Order: sequence, then structure tokens, then C-alpha cells
Amino acid sequence: MNQLGFPLISTMLIAPLLGALLVLFIPDRNVKAIKTTAFVTTLLVLGLSLLLYFNFVSGEAGFQFEETVPWIPGLGIAYHVGIDGLSLFIVLLTTLLSTIAVLSSWTAITERVKGYMVMMLVMETAMIGVFVSLDLFLFYVFWEASLIPMALLIGQWGGANRVYAAVKFTVYTFVGSALMLVAAIVIYLQAGTSDLPTLLTSLSLPANVQIWLFFAFALAFAIKVPLFPFHTWLPAAHVQAPTAGSILLAGVLLKMGAYGYLRFANPLFPAGVAYWAPLLSILAVVGIIYAALVALVQEDIKSLVAYSSVAHMGYIMLGIFNGGLLGTSGAILQMVNHGLSTGALFMLIGVIYERRHTRLMKDYGGIFAKVPVFGTFFLIAVFAGVGLPGLNGFVGEFTILLGTFTTAPVLAVLGTFGIILAAWYLLTAVRKVLFGPLNQANAHLTDMNVREILAAFPLVVFFFVLGLFPNLVFDKVNPTAEILAARPSGAQTALVISR
Amino acid sequence: MEQLFALTPLIPVFPLLAFALIVLWANKNNKLSAGLAIGGIGLSTLTSWAVIAATVAAGHEVQIAGWSLPVPWLPTAASIFNTGFAVDGFTAAMLFMVPLVCTLIFIYAAEYMEGDPRYARFFAYVSLFAAGMLTLIVADNLLLLFIAWEIMGLCSYLLIGFWFEKDSAKKAGLKAFLTTRIGDVLLFAGMLFLYSRTGTLTFREIFKPEVLDELSRMLIWGLPASTVISLLVFGGAVGKSAQFPLHVWLPDAMEGPTPVSALIHAATMVSAGVYLVARMLPLFAIVPQGTLSWVAIIGSVTAFFGATISIAQNDIKRVLAYSTISQLGYMMIALGLGGFLAGVFHLLTHAFFKALLFLGSGSIIHAVHHGAEHADDHHTDPQDMMNMGGLYAKMKRTSWAYFAGTAALVGIFPFAGFWSKDEILAEAWVQWHEAGSIGLPFWAWLAGTLGAFLTALYMGRQIGLVFFGKPRSKAAEHAVEPGNRMTVPLLVLALFAAFIGFINVPFIANGWLHHFAGLVHEPAEVLHLEAVPFQISVALVSTAVALLGFFLGWGMYRNLKAGQQDPLARMLGPVFTVLKNKYYVDEFYKFVFIDTTVALANFSAKFDYDWVINPIVNFVGNTGRLLGELSGRIDTVVVDGMGVLGTARLFKWMGRELRLTQTGQAQNYLLVIALVSLSLIAMYLFGI
Repeated sequence: MNQLGFPLISTMLIAPLLGALLVLFIPDRNVKAIKTTAFVTTLLVLGLSLLLYFNFVSGEAGFQFEETVPWIPGLGIAYHVGIDGLSLFIVLLTTLLSTIAVLSSWTAITERVKGYMVMMLVMETAMIGVFVSLDLFLFYVFWEASLIPMALLIGQWGGANRVYAAVKFTVYTFVGSALMLVAAIVIYLQAGTSDLPTLLTSLSLPANVQIWLFFAFALAFAIKVPLFPFHTWLPAAHVQAPTAGSILLAGVLLKMGAYGYLRFANPLFPAGVAYWAPLLSILAVVGIIYAALVALVQEDIKSLVAYSSVAHMGYIMLGIFNGGLLGTSGAILQMVNHGLSTGALFMLIGVIYERRHTRLMKDYGGIFAKVPVFGTFFLIAVFAGVGLPGLNGFVGEFTILLGTFTTAPVLAVLGTFGIILAAWYLLTAVRKVLFGPLNQANAHLTDMNVREILAAFPLVVFFFVLGLFPNLVFDKVNPTAEILAARPSGAQTALVISR
Repeated sequence: MEQLFALTPLIPVFPLLAFALIVLWANKNNKLSAGLAIGGIGLSTLTSWAVIAATVAAGHEVQIAGWSLPVPWLPTAASIFNTGFAVDGFTAAMLFMVPLVCTLIFIYAAEYMEGDPRYARFFAYVSLFAAGMLTLIVADNLLLLFIAWEIMGLCSYLLIGFWFEKDSAKKAGLKAFLTTRIGDVLLFAGMLFLYSRTGTLTFREIFKPEVLDELSRMLIWGLPASTVISLLVFGGAVGKSAQFPLHVWLPDAMEGPTPVSALIHAATMVSAGVYLVARMLPLFAIVPQGTLSWVAIIGSVTAFFGATISIAQNDIKRVLAYSTISQLGYMMIALGLGGFLAGVFHLLTHAFFKALLFLGSGSIIHAVHHGAEHADDHHTDPQDMMNMGGLYAKMKRTSWAYFAGTAALVGIFPFAGFWSKDEILAEAWVQWHEAGSIGLPFWAWLAGTLGAFLTALYMGRQIGLVFFGKPRSKAAEHAVEPGNRMTVPLLVLALFAAFIGFINVPFIANGWLHHFAGLVHEPAEVLHLEAVPFQISVALVSTAVALLGFFLGWGMYRNLKAGQQDPLARMLGPVFTVLKNKYYVDEFYKFVFIDTTVALANFSAKFDYDWVINPIVNFVGNTGRLLGELSGRIDTVVVDGMGVLGTARLFKWMGRELRLTQTGQAQNYLLVIALVSLSLIAMYLFGI
């Protein structure tokens, strides 16, 4: 169904590429025009995505804004895109964070600005593409395509050890996706089509085949999420990436993994879910506790936030595999929440990094009195991460755990302990960075400027909006979540775990 | 009158609005910020009075069943998660205390905080704090209560660490947040269990007899669901109300400005835990000998041990802090014995006299601090009682107000604490005698009575040290009474400390509070709700121990000289050292929990990137690279070297060698042609 009669999604996919093309034609030295063009492009795409939101029909579970164009007709592979309650908000998150990422690179990037902005825009197309593809191969193409600009962003504009981080990131994710490609080919050979909606109704595979195919998909997604113990590429990548890279990496790229489970792996292979869910849930809970512990002793603040991402993504996995309807809805909301709060944290860290060129928390200290605006934003972002009621993180955590308490109480109880640790490591960061006597090295620190406030402000607004009016999301997500959660194996899985 | 109930949701909105306005608009203007904060809480107070009037007028049925307003919040497809507001007698009683005490504290703070660089921010935080507490008491469900509960956790964190440049303050803020967070998570878990078993978090739904009955028969981990859930909920209260073993954060919370201490110790925060237990009491009580016994045990332990620590502290606010812990223990004793109203009554009276004592101590600290500045002395700790003495002569208003608060706390007839503490002890006494054997009620009574003696002792010591004798420092000599904005709230609170007890005196209006607020749990049909009759023997015993303790403390300390050894330290020896160090609980926790977690965290970090996980990844990566290099080598040596390049080299070699035959001389070529031709002919002839 396409309620607009207008290829909105394709427009959103093409627009950033056109913007990139335009940027290519601007002379190198005209840095301002390059940046403005890139920013206006992302803003435009953000506007288009708002059209998606306002034209989205609530209460519909199926795909909307669908477009189908034959791609390789001889093989039955088509360009098929569309969104539903699951992808809508992640697409919105992507367009919002892309805009903020460009804005926060304004003065941070001084070299090869043109190439940088082109990469940002290509990245945006690839990310949106991942979340709107309804064809296995199309999805795969975008999935791999998103890898390249990110690898370049880290490798070209990153920190001192950027090449190692970029290679690690690329190779690690690529290994996972290679297996996924094999599995996709197997499905295609079995079913004769790679169209997701068709597969969902017609694919029937023997349980043991499902178990192996699920494994192939699940591994690719687990690396992307990242699920313990596949997470070590993340701190390396985050620490080395430029601010905008970190924002998109944590905000959007990690969501691709969780999204992959919900969109492809789980609905296609219910028997696989039943078989693997206990292991995945246990890994999720181990990750929650373990990554929180590791975060506690980090000295590099980016590294701390990276490990906190591993822990927070653990809750999302827990919701997906145990929570039933509540947990699934909660997981989808939490994907958005985590994107917003971690995006904000990385954006803010970028603000002080640009001024002091250090990521070590001990180099700061006592700056709250010096930079109250920054301090206030930082505190709010931290408390969104801690899961303070009234802010968005709480609603997600609450619904996920509410769902999990019914099906897997032991895992849920263990998960709640992660909440204490999250408060501990995040507030320790606040204590080290903001509080204490003023470190004289920071005596000349300047507070956030208008551009930076503009970049941070929308995120903070959404913390409150989603925290206070979660039904803005749930209204549109629930019908989809209901279908996702209704897989026959759900109950079975739960039983296995609660024993 | 009924329509006035509709104002209820506005009660927390005013301070919330004040918070938002200060943060977004007035943050540069100190006067305006304080004005907004005081105006906001003042409006809440007036609105609360309207709602209280409506409750009084509505009569018994409404006071018990309550008025409520559900608000749909979180649709979960199958059902809509309602939140909402409710008022019954209990809520109305709380609505009398909380906003009023907050207002007085705010007015006081407007003077106390003068000169602070973050004055406006202070009033923003306290407004949000008050909004949290007010939301908590008008919530009709556990979820909204929890949200408010957490917002208070945030505010306490920000306010305790308000002077964040001080190392001790930033540590205390973190400690408070994390310690209470342990309780919060237990409460959170209890709440989630409750929802998963009943599908609701609304109080009146949970307390339907059939729901409670079902909860008592369902099992979680082999125990009745109601027991598991109520223990978890109690865990939350233990954290928030600073009960043993999670009491450690409250004394450190002294690092915040003194009005904050008053706020935390009286009107908000610690009251929230007791309120929660009182509100959820039917769930605690549905299984006899279950959670309630634990509440009583924890309460007794805390009431006694808190008081023992208090006698050995020299910091004026620390004495009061441990006193709060101990008094909260009394409330838990009452609730644990099923005495709903006794606990609530003490909660209300305590809020008034403890707010008074904290603000009074703030006024004393303020005076000594100014005295120190006047004497150009920057080393004297203005909170150390050993540096005080003789202050009665210098600050009469504060002194008299402080005496009234002390009388109320110690339980001198007819001050507030006399009535409320005695009702708790009477509850224990009656249950002990009904049981006819030495059981929990007896131990609770004993702990309470010994606690009463110790309470009187530490207050006598404090009064003696602070107000009597000769000043023991230059700072104390130059102390002066603060201004009206600080002393008037003290005097108002002193009036309440003296007379608020009469709202529940058996001989007056038949124990008015009991009928107004004491019957809210009637519909649940699990608690005994009739008031315990006045016990003259209990009253005599506790008055006797109180007088004894007070004069003992006062007598020993009133003439203490500077530098002289603490008389109790001389008497108690090593025991005093243990008390002074709060039984080393902090050290124990640091060793057992913090250090262990940090060690585990360090281990995990090493495990992650030095020892196991990252090395495995790198090993796989390096193996891949090695294999790549190896196949590269094979490529150059075998495939390229022998195959591709080898063939090429062969031809090149052949070319080079054969080139030699290309001499360019016709004779040579002819010779070759002749030889070849001859060979071919020979081959043909011989038939090869």
C-alpha cells in the first residue's frame, strides 16, 4: 500500500546521493558551501521522513509506502521497499541523527571536507536503505554498502589508531554478513524468490534447515548489535571514530543488528528462534552485566559509552527474544531511545573533545561551574541513559522488563541489576567530568555555542516527549509488534528459560 | 465541595512549573527564582488545603474509598496502562504536612542560601524535589509513585552534591543515588512481578480482597507471590527511608545545604519509603507471619542502632541524621506490627519536629559560621558541637524553637512526639500482652523503649553542648541570630511540634486522625484497624526513661570545657569508638561490595581486551592475515614463480639462447638449411 501515490521512500534514498553529487561539483576551497549543501540535504531528507510519519496509518500492521520495481527480472529479484511500525521510527531516527551528525562536524572536520561530507551523505542513503528494503538481496546490498562509508569515516578522519579500528570494524562485520549472504542464497534457491512479504507467507523449511539458516543470519546480526562476546570491535571503532561517526555508529548502525532479527531472522525461521533464543537471551544478560562492569573502569569516556551501548543493546535483545508483545514494542522503542541518548552523549563528548582534544575523564573535572549549559545537557543525556522516569529510556526499559518478567523472571531479575550498574558507571563519569574542583587545564573552556545547542536540543526534546508520551510511538508500533511477537515458538522459548 | 477534588492534579504542577520557569527563564535572577519557588509551593499548599477541606466534608465513605481520576498513559495493545491521581484520608493527611513543611523550608532557604553562586539553580532543584514528593502522594498507582520516587532520587543526588566542588559532596551525592538505587531496583522488580501477576498497578485494584487472596495463593519461587512482591517493595522502602542495612547514605547526605537536609529528612525522600509501606500494607499483611515480621524486625534494629550511633557523633547534623534513621525505624515497627495509623501518625509529627530541628541546626551553623568569619577564623568547623556552647544567650528564638523540637523528639508530654511515639510503643505493648509470651512485639517494645532512652540522651547531650556552658570557640562567641526569614519558619514549626500531636489524642475528638486517615485499608479486609487504647503504663515508662536520658546527657555535657575528653567516651571506652565509627558499616560495605565490584570490573576489563575476548578476535584476524600472507607467498613462489612466471622465463631463456643463432650471415643460415634438409632426407630414407 502506498498512501501517497508518490515514491517517497525512493526520493529519500536518492536525495542524499544527489546532494553528494552536488557537493562533488563544489570547489574544494569553498568549504562553507560544501557544508551548507550537505546540511540542507540532510535537513530535506529529515523533512521527507516527517512526511512518512504524518502520513503513516496507525493501527495498520502491514507495509506502507510500498514501491516495487523489477530489478533482475530473470531471477525474480526486485527493488521492493516499504515501511511498517518497526522501521518507521528507526528511519526517523536515522534522518534526525544524520542531520545532527553533519551539524556536529561543522568545525571538527577541517581536512578533506568535501570527501567527508560526500561520505556522510552516501552513508545516509545506505542506512535508510537497510531499513526500508523488503527484498533479501536489496537488503544485503544496502547492508554492505553502509559498511564502506563508515570504514572510510573512521579510517580517514579518525583518531591516532584509526586504521586498526577501521580494518577491525570492516572485517569483523563483513565476516558475519558473508554467512548471511550464503543463507540468503539458500533461501532463494529453495523458494525461488527473495521478496520478503512473499517469503513470509510461503516459505516453509524443515526445522533443522531453519536452525542453520537462523544461525547464519543471527551471527551477522549478533556482530552488528553487538552481542557479547562479539562486541570488541565496537569500543575500538568508537574511540577512533570522529564524533559524527560515533553518533551514527551507536545511533543507527547498531540498530541494524536488532532490526535484522525482527525483520528477517525471527519471522523467517520460527524454529530457529525456538532453538537459539535461550542462548541469545543468556548472552544478552551476560552482556548487560559484563559490559556494565567493564564500563565502570574505563578512563576514556568514549570507551565508557561504547561499553554502555553493549549493555543497553542487551536489554533490546532481551525484549526481542523474551518479552512477547510488550517486550517487542519496548525493544523497538528502546532502539530509538538508545539512538537518541547515545547519539546525544557522543555529540556532547565531541563538544568538549573539540576544545580540549582529550577523551580521558581525568583531564576534565569540575567543569560544571564553567560550562553550565554543557553540564545541563550532559546530565540530562546521562539520566536518559540511566533510565530515569520521565525521560525516554525508562519507558523502554520498563516495557521490556515488564514483558520479560512474565516469561523469564530469572533473566529479568538479572537484567534489573544492570540498572544499578548503569547508574554507577554513568554517574561516575559525571562525577569525574563535571564535578569536583576545577581542573586548571579547563579554566578557559568555553560553553556550547548556538550551533552546538541547536544540535543537542532536538535530542533532549525527544527524551522528554518519548518519556512522557510513549503512546506516540506505541500507537504505531504495536500492530507490527503484535505480529512479530505472535510467532508460535514464543511461549515455548519462554518456558525453556524460566526453568 | 466535591468539585474541589478536581484540583488534585494541580498540586504537584505548581512546583513543577516553578522548576521549569526557573531553569528556562529566571535562572539569572536570584530574587525571582526564589519567589517562583516559594510561590509555586505556596500555591500547592493552598490547593492542598482545598482538597483537604473537600475530603473532610466528603465524610467517611470518601475518606476510606477515596476520590480518583484515572488517566490513560501507555497503551499496550491488549489493555491500556492507566495512571492517575487519587485522594483518600491518608493522602489528605500527607497533603497537610508535605507542602506546608516544604513552604517553610523554602522561605528559610531564601535567606540561608544567600550569596551562593548557584542560588537560582538551588530553587529549581528543590521545586522539582517538592513536585516529586507531591506527585508521589497523589498517585493512584505504583507506576506513577515510582516515577515520582525516582525523580526525588535525582533531586537528592543533585542537592546532596550541590556543592560539587567539594570532594565529600560529590561522593555523598553518588553514594545516596546508588544506595537508594539498590532499593529502587528491588521496588521496580516487585512492581514488575505485581503487574505480571495481576495485570494492574492501581492501588484500589490490587487491594480488592479477591486479588489479594489470589496473590497470597500464587507462588513465585516457592513462596506466596504476595510475600515475594511485598519483600521487594519493602526493599525499596529500606533504601529510601534509610533503614538498616541501606541506611549509610543518609548521614552523608548532610553534605547538601541544610535546607536540603530538612527537606530530605522531614517532608520528602525518607517519608516516601514509610509512605510506600503504609500504602501497600494490605499486601504485606495478607500472609500472616510473612513480610510484616521483617518490617518490624528491620524497624526495631534500625530504631535501636541508629540511636546508639547518634550518641557518639560530634557533628550537629549527623546527630540529627542518625536520629532520623532511628525514628524511621519506629515508624517501621508500627507498620510491621500492623499498626497502620501509629506509623502514619509518627510520620506526620516527625516531619514537623525534624524539619524544625534541621532548620534550627542550620540557623546555628549559619550563626557560628558568621561568628567564625567575624573572628577571622577559617579553621573552626561550624558544624562541630565541640566548637559551640553557650549559644542560648546569643540566639533566643532559635533556642526556644529548638527546645520545642527536642521536647517533641524526646517525647515529653504534651509535645507531638509524646503522643505518636507512645502509640507505637503501646501497639507493641498490647500485642506483647495479648500474645502472653516473649515474641516479636516484646522485642520491638524493648528496642523502642531503649531507643527512647538513647534519643533523650543524645538530645540532652546536644542541647548541653550547643546551648549551655561557655562558648568553646571564638566562632561561637561571635555567633548572632539570623534574620526573620530564617527564624519565623522555625517558630511556626515549633508551634506544630508542640501541638500537632493533638490531632490524634484519644481524649480529644476521639482520636480524630484515626477516623479520618486510619481506615483507608478497610476495603482490603486484612488489617486490624481499631486504635490501640492509651496505655498509661507505657506512657509512664517512656516518660521516665526520656527524662532520665535527657538530664543525664544535659548534665554531663552542659559544662564541658574546650579540649576536655568526651564524658561518654570515658565511660564507654572502646564501645564509644565503635559507635563513633558507626559500627564500621561503611568500611565493611566498601570492602565487601564496592571493592569486590571494582575488582570484578577490572577483571572483566582485562578479560575483555587483554586476556581473552579481544585476543581471540585478534588471533582470528591475525590467522586470517597470516593465511593471506601464506597464500600470497604460495602465489609468488609456486603459482607465479613456477607456473606463470616459470613459463615466461622458459621462453625468455630459450629466446636468449636461440638469439645466438641469429648471426646475420647467409653462410650460416645456408649451412643450417643444408643440414636440416639432409637430416630430413636421411629420416625419410631410413623410414624413421
